[in-house]
Amino acid sequence: MNRILLMILQRFGLGLLTLFVVSIIIFVGVEFLPGDIAEALLGQGASPENVAALRHELGLDRPAHIRYIDWWAGVLQGDLGTSLANRRDIAELITFRLSNTLFLALTAAAISVPLAILFGILAALYRNSAYDRSVNVITLGAVSAPEFLTAYVLILYFSVKLGWFPSLSNIDQDTSFIDKLHQVALPAITLMGVILAYMMRMVRASIINLLASAYIEMAHLKGMPKFRVIVKHALPNAWAPIANIIAISLAYLVVGVVVVEVVFIYPGLGQLMVDSVSNRDIPVVQACSMIFAGTYILLNLTADIVSICTNPRLLHPK
Amino acid sequence: MKKSKIEQIIHQDIILKQALSDPRVTRRDFLAFTGAMGMTATMGGALWSNRALAATPKRGGHMVSGLNDANTGDSLDCGLFNATYMICISRAFRDSLVNVGQDNSMEPALAESWEASPDAKVWRFNIRQGVEFHNGKSLTTDDVVASINKHRGEDSTSYAKGVFSGISDVRVDGNTVVVELADGNADAPALFTDYHFNIMPSKDGVAESLSSAGTGPYLLKEYNPGVKTVLERNPNTWHPDGGALADSHEVLAILDDTARQSALISGSVDVINRPALKGIARLKNVKGVNIVDVASNLAFTHPMRMDVTPFDNMDFRTALKLSTPRQEFIDKVLFGYGAIGNDQPLGPGFGSYDADLNVEYDLDKAKHHLKKSGHEGVTIDLSASNTSYGGAMDAAQLFQQHWAKIGVNTNIIQEPQDGYWNNVWNVKPFCTCYWGARPVEDMILSIAYLSSSPWNDTVIKNDRVDELVVAARGELDAAKRKAMYQEVQHIISKEGGTIIPAFGTDVAATRDTVGVGDQIGGGWEMDGGHYLKRWWKA
Amino acid sequence: MSSNDISPLEAQVNRPQRTRLQNALREILKAPITAKFGMLVILTYGFVAIFAPFLTPYSETEIVGPEFDVWGDEFILGTDGLGRDMLTRLLFGARNTVGIAFITTVLAFVIGGIMGLLAAIYTGWFDQIASRVVDVLMAIPQLIFALMLLTIFGTSIPILIIVIATLDATRIFRVTRAVSLNVVVLDYFEAARLRGERIFWLCIREILPNITAPLLAEFGLRFCFVFLMIAALSFLGLGIQPPTADWGSMVRENAVLITYGDITPILPAIAIAILTLGVNFLVDWFLHKSSGLKDGH
Repeated sequence: MNRILLMILQRFGLGLLTLFVVSIIIFVGVEFLPGDIAEALLGQGASPENVAALRHELGLDRPAHIRYIDWWAGVLQGDLGTSLANRRDIAELITFRLSNTLFLALTAAAISVPLAILFGILAALYRNSAYDRSVNVITLGAVSAPEFLTAYVLILYFSVKLGWFPSLSNIDQDTSFIDKLHQVALPAITLMGVILAYMMRMVRASIINLLASAYIEMAHLKGMPKFRVIVKHALPNAWAPIANIIAISLAYLVVGVVVVEVVFIYPGLGQLMVDSVSNRDIPVVQACSMIFAGTYILLNLTADIVSICTNPRLLHPK
Repeated sequence: MKKSKIEQIIHQDIILKQALSDPRVTRRDFLAFTGAMGMTATMGGALWSNRALAATPKRGGHMVSGLNDANTGDSLDCGLFNATYMICISRAFRDSLVNVGQDNSMEPALAESWEASPDAKVWRFNIRQGVEFHNGKSLTTDDVVASINKHRGEDSTSYAKGVFSGISDVRVDGNTVVVELADGNADAPALFTDYHFNIMPSKDGVAESLSSAGTGPYLLKEYNPGVKTVLERNPNTWHPDGGALADSHEVLAILDDTARQSALISGSVDVINRPALKGIARLKNVKGVNIVDVASNLAFTHPMRMDVTPFDNMDFRTALKLSTPRQEFIDKVLFGYGAIGNDQPLGPGFGSYDADLNVEYDLDKAKHHLKKSGHEGVTIDLSASNTSYGGAMDAAQLFQQHWAKIGVNTNIIQEPQDGYWNNVWNVKPFCTCYWGARPVEDMILSIAYLSSSPWNDTVIKNDRVDELVVAARGELDAAKRKAMYQEVQHIISKEGGTIIPAFGTDVAATRDTVGVGDQIGGGWEMDGGHYLKRWWKA
Repeated sequence: MSSNDISPLEAQVNRPQRTRLQNALREILKAPITAKFGMLVILTYGFVAIFAPFLTPYSETEIVGPEFDVWGDEFILGTDGLGRDMLTRLLFGARNTVGIAFITTVLAFVIGGIMGLLAAIYTGWFDQIASRVVDVLMAIPQLIFALMLLTIFGTSIPILIIVIATLDATRIFRVTRAVSLNVVVLDYFEAARLRGERIFWLCIREILPNITAPLLAEFGLRFCFVFLMIAALSFLGLGIQPPTADWGSMVRENAVLITYGDITPILPAIAIAILTLGVNFLVDWFLHKSSGLKDGH
């Protein structure tokens, strides 16, 4: 057991290192983008003196490495700084949006993960049956439509025509939980369409892959019922890939939902980050990417732990 | 006392109406006139009452709007405003010195009245007394001076620095703010209608640009950049009748065209700006939805740098102008919402606009000019991006096909959206661009068509244009001035380096629940940015 | 490749003069209806992509009629907002969209697959470095990273392909490495290694056949995700740039019409959906064959 603890600590350390490297990449990346925030904010017709004055006011006339070090100094003291674009406190700016992003991601995941695993197991069990094929067609159809298209069609039917759900997610700090669920219904369904097929198919593939193993054959020969074979023998060995798949999907739900945010006017982190990249608002981009990267690292770490704990061979390498 | 004031109002009203009904009186005369009379907002209200009667505005209610042109990086700093969302919000919770009325005349706001010296060099603005900011602070002349100075001086970060560069001094004289100009400018009050110019509270002579305290008819209750803003009626406003109709507003930032349109159709919002023109023919037929469109002076320009071959050749430029499909541009790029342009920047909204000046679509003549230029079969690069205006890429392809008919090959370069205004516009020899509407002719000509201007994106160096623009600025005789501006229009259209196939139209869409009146102000979309105050919930 | 693994067995049973081609044909004829559908779709798309210019009288960017003309004889699917023939753009879209997505996915698999295999075999420093690099790349939100890279390097098609392939390769690296690790710890691999087999041989003969199934399943979906990624990028203004006809951008361009129940803007999306179905059906068939499982098990 200590080995696992040691490994977790080691991974955690590596995670911090990753965060550090990500912060450098993002900082350098934003620096490399054409133009800076002064030009981005002033737009067409900005005079050079104008741009210079704004740069000075925002402290952008200092060398890049000094600004980077300053940023870290702030972060280590728990201060994420202020947005260069609207000079608001970043922590405040982000808290509200992060909670929205997490709420949407968790809602979508809470529905789609159990469904994906169940559908995947059933599809593996009854592979090539009518059930397998129809689930396949439906989920593939859902995943192959661009998110914005799914979103528009959902809005057309459930919002414009039937009026069941709002087309806008008008969420406040004091929106109640039930109300929030009602508001995120359409965005959550849109996201489910994207990840459900992926997770389901990977679960199905992982299990089918295992079904060819000798020990499964053995279980069959013992006369064990099909479903029990899968749950008792195949599933435990499939946890590693499944955990990976879920981690990737969850990371996607937190990080990759910009388009859904735009269409449903959902005040999440993605839109903030895209806008901040185009504004060259480095502190906000940095803060968002740290959160995204942190989420991803944590999810991955969890997936790795699950992989190792469920595979005795990995747990006790020779 | 009371009686005499009413009499005075009626008297002034009669004179004003006579003045207005006289077709020879231009806006300029009207301006000088009202300014000199010390016309107040109360009288202004009486003046526009005809329109109000016709449309019966209603007070009260809660209006929800969905606007695009917003960004999570938006701030309350008016010096950095460049998009509709913030312009509309600021017009609702802050005030200016002067407003552009719905009939495009100058209306007094925090300046109760103004008068000019005979040479139009010194302007005295009498500041309204007894006005309080939302945080309880009283409005002082110092606040006004600080708000003007925000846009002046070496280290000003304001986008509107250029607009205010003609001001040489600002000082306080009792309840009056005195503005001195380097050169006479009969249009000086128009400077203070600029959307960058908000009156903000000041501290030690510095305007507090990020303060949510304004003097406007609405209080800024909630402000979440790029998401939403909530406005509530200011019970303690100086505006007569509250200065606004709806009791409260919720303004959502909806950047996606389809989402904005769906929100309107499903009734989630009452008003949207810029409905997608692609679907507008069908939006018109949706029950309960109205389209509100106003001709604008926004110009879709395509500047050629006149110091680069082959654009340095006037015959070549003429050939391109003659083979540019103007009507098709309006039909296919603007979906009918535009007015034909004539390759000069002063739109049909200006008094001096010469409607007889046309550029025909004539391929034979174009071929003739091309032959004369000696550039037959040449290949030109056109830098384009939808950042310059929506549909610019489509327009580039449309032009490409038509110019090919006279033997000019066009290589369309899709430029990155980011940094377009820094790396492409005013740099590349030929690009797509737009110029927003300005309230007066001089503002656009001085910025982009004087040889000395840094934003002279066509590198036009025409002595006659320079001479006319400067002379017109100080010219107080309206007829002479109009003639000057018309001559400028002819010169730029014929010799200039820009192709302006059309002027734009500002389009908004509302539900039946919203009243807009029968006249809508220009200068910017959404009733000059004043719609939150002027439109009502029926 | 996977059908070859099984074919030697069958070849012994069957008459020896039967060629590989005949074997393949026989396999295809025996394939279930879904797989046949998949093949038909892929062949059709391939045909359209190659012969697009000969299937329509108009060119990809030519403006041939008024804006938003309705379905009719001259323009079978009507015209788009600029008056270009919709059918023509749909056909050319097959060439551009499918071509780009296919090249991108293959490139991503080559990069990610090779790195993943090597990382699984050399569990030492190579694995450490590769995994850390991938961790860093994956920790940065993909869409945002793509956005930044495309802004820095421009949005030409080769750059689009390289950027998306590189970012996608990280996902494939992880999957490949994870499934390979399960093989590497097995006894027969240990044995092969102790025999002193060369790395190349280890990869091709020992690992690859055993990880083909999950990788193929991944391929089918990755292919689809590349479409979606490009569509999402064009949603944000950086994808395949106009006037190039691309299905994702075409949906995006005319999306406002969906609200009025117009079907034309959805056609490119349906084209993507059918191809995705086809590819995945075919993948399923391979998967089924290579898993060594026969029906009735």
